[in-house]
Amino acid sequence: MNTLFDKIWDAHTVKVLDGNSCVLYIDRQYIHEVTSPQAFAGLRSRGIDVFRLHQVTASPDHNIPTRNQHLPIRDTQSATQVATLERNCAENGITIFPINTKNNGIIHVIGPQTGLTQPGMTIVCGDSHTSTHGALGCVAFGIGTSEVEMALASQCILQAKPKSMRINVEGELKQGVCSKDIILHIIAKLGTGGGTGYFVEFAGSTIRSLSIEARMTICNMSIEMGARGGMIAPDQVTFDYLKDREFAPKGKEWDEAVARWSLLRSDDDAVFDKEVTIDAADIEPMITYGTNPGMGIAVSDVIPKADDGDVAAKTSHKKALAYMGFTEGEKMEGKRVDYVFVGSCTNGRIEDLRAFTQAVRGRKKAEGVTVWIVPGSKEVERMAIEEGLQEILREAGFELRQPGCSACLAMNEDKIPAGKYCIATSNRNFEGRQGQGARTMLAGPLVAAAAAVTGVVTDPRKL
Amino acid sequence: MRNKFTTLVSRAVPLPIENIDTDQIIPARFLKAVTREGFGENLFRDWRYDESGAPKADFVMNSPLYSGEILVAGKNFGCGSSREHAAWAIGGAGFRAVVSSFFADIFRNNALNNGLLPVTVSEKMLAQIFAAIDNDPAVEIKIDLMEQTIEIVGTDSKERFEITPYKKQCLMAGYDNVDYLVSIRGEIELFEHKKQKER
Repeated sequence: MNTLFDKIWDAHTVKVLDGNSCVLYIDRQYIHEVTSPQAFAGLRSRGIDVFRLHQVTASPDHNIPTRNQHLPIRDTQSATQVATLERNCAENGITIFPINTKNNGIIHVIGPQTGLTQPGMTIVCGDSHTSTHGALGCVAFGIGTSEVEMALASQCILQAKPKSMRINVEGELKQGVCSKDIILHIIAKLGTGGGTGYFVEFAGSTIRSLSIEARMTICNMSIEMGARGGMIAPDQVTFDYLKDREFAPKGKEWDEAVARWSLLRSDDDAVFDKEVTIDAADIEPMITYGTNPGMGIAVSDVIPKADDGDVAAKTSHKKALAYMGFTEGEKMEGKRVDYVFVGSCTNGRIEDLRAFTQAVRGRKKAEGVTVWIVPGSKEVERMAIEEGLQEILREAGFELRQPGCSACLAMNEDKIPAGKYCIATSNRNFEGRQGQGARTMLAGPLVAAAAAVTGVVTDPRKL
Repeated sequence: MRNKFTTLVSRAVPLPIENIDTDQIIPARFLKAVTREGFGENLFRDWRYDESGAPKADFVMNSPLYSGEILVAGKNFGCGSSREHAAWAIGGAGFRAVVSSFFADIFRNNALNNGLLPVTVSEKMLAQIFAAIDNDPAVEIKIDLMEQTIEIVGTDSKERFEITPYKKQCLMAGYDNVDYLVSIRGEIELFEHKKQKER
């Protein structure tokens, strides 16, 4: 009567310290340039080595430019961080996928894409969107730099075991609704703190019907409701996705792995601490109007009024609308859009680029809108060019840039100017997230495409 | 070894806003350092300073009325990214404890790993603390880690808070998790062998 989460967590628990703090064994650790330098410095000052260097993989992604990647990084601080990652990896013998090489990209895009991420694993990275990997049936979650150091030093971290939640999405999705809409709908329902303290398993017929990339979008944003992570039991879709990928098991080992992975599911009588069921038919194309990912509504809806009973909530609601320059009761449709950002570990994979391209095919970019299409990895970029997406995009007036985290958190040059409105397929609409004063509206690739060709918030079904 | 935490009696800085995310605590453009130092000056950067870098008079940290080593914030504090820089920035600005009715998971762990004590109080207690500071900014808050209590000094408002015995011990002794984990590398190796065999 165990949940899938219990099974994987318990099988990786080396010991329990005080009835709660678990020494958790980590199968795979991913690192990037922003949250690892202080961890390596810590190891050096203690005089200890990396314990299991073959279980660690690095990719610079947060700081890197999305144009002219063959040239040195101009921002000196960014350049230093990337160089520090390269040096730390070289000194410790850790595999790194350098900028502008075949396997480089956003760490959460390349983990699954290269087959390094596999069902049943425990995976950590100093990045909250590590939850993305849960789409392949792993326990994957973000950690802080002290924990990055712990994992490098011992291949373990110390964590209390979270409670379990299952979110079932049942039924058929309406036309024009994608997986981003599912997760924005769920977060709007549960709130940004609704998952705090829980590890979420997404299940149900709707989830089963999704591709692995679509599942990644959902698990990716489980952190936006506060959940430690999100996961989906592996199935044939998972195995088909992983087969023949570079680091996936091969031959006899593959058959054995699939046999093992096929057992990874919650028992029929498993009891979750919390269970929520969502009717897929209730989900509309979504967009956010405020400054946290829980402030989402259907594109065709009006901006809601604050809850009168709760003073603190009302203050936060007012503050958010003031920042966005929006008013209660206004329609979202027709609102001006200055920038469109397609990319990130949430929606920067090839299926996202295909969906966007398909929607804008034969149309033209709206005047006055700046559009950044940033592939999640070098491989996604390669596929987009090979499949002819780049050509279609170019004809419509769009430019395909080079891979990286880009305007999701604007650590590189890709910043949205103060006061400007951006529809972003990324994961956070916090104040200043995409640049000081930038106003972000989160949405899926189809809503982004509709805005890119009309210049205003548009229901993609009306295009 | 980190600084030991036992008892703290201090005035407090109130921030009665919900869902304060890590991008507000420390914006991403300040994450480019490769050391742990210097983040304190950019804590709440865009709330605290205007674009020219001048302090915004209406922000609590710039008000002469408020000071202290305790930050009190609305619920769901520290949501968003896993950046430990958020905990470094708060600690770097001189805070030793953060009080809220609800903390985001990763932030909570990051704080604990840096000797910054997150104290989770009831909604009622949080409202009382905000009201007390509003009434008298010089009011002191006492946090006793040994007893696991928090009180508004000079009043009956007192509450017990939760912390795991292991984390409590770490904070009180200034003990570090990396040292501990390295000390059990042998056990971890045995676990790896066992796991390998079970396959």
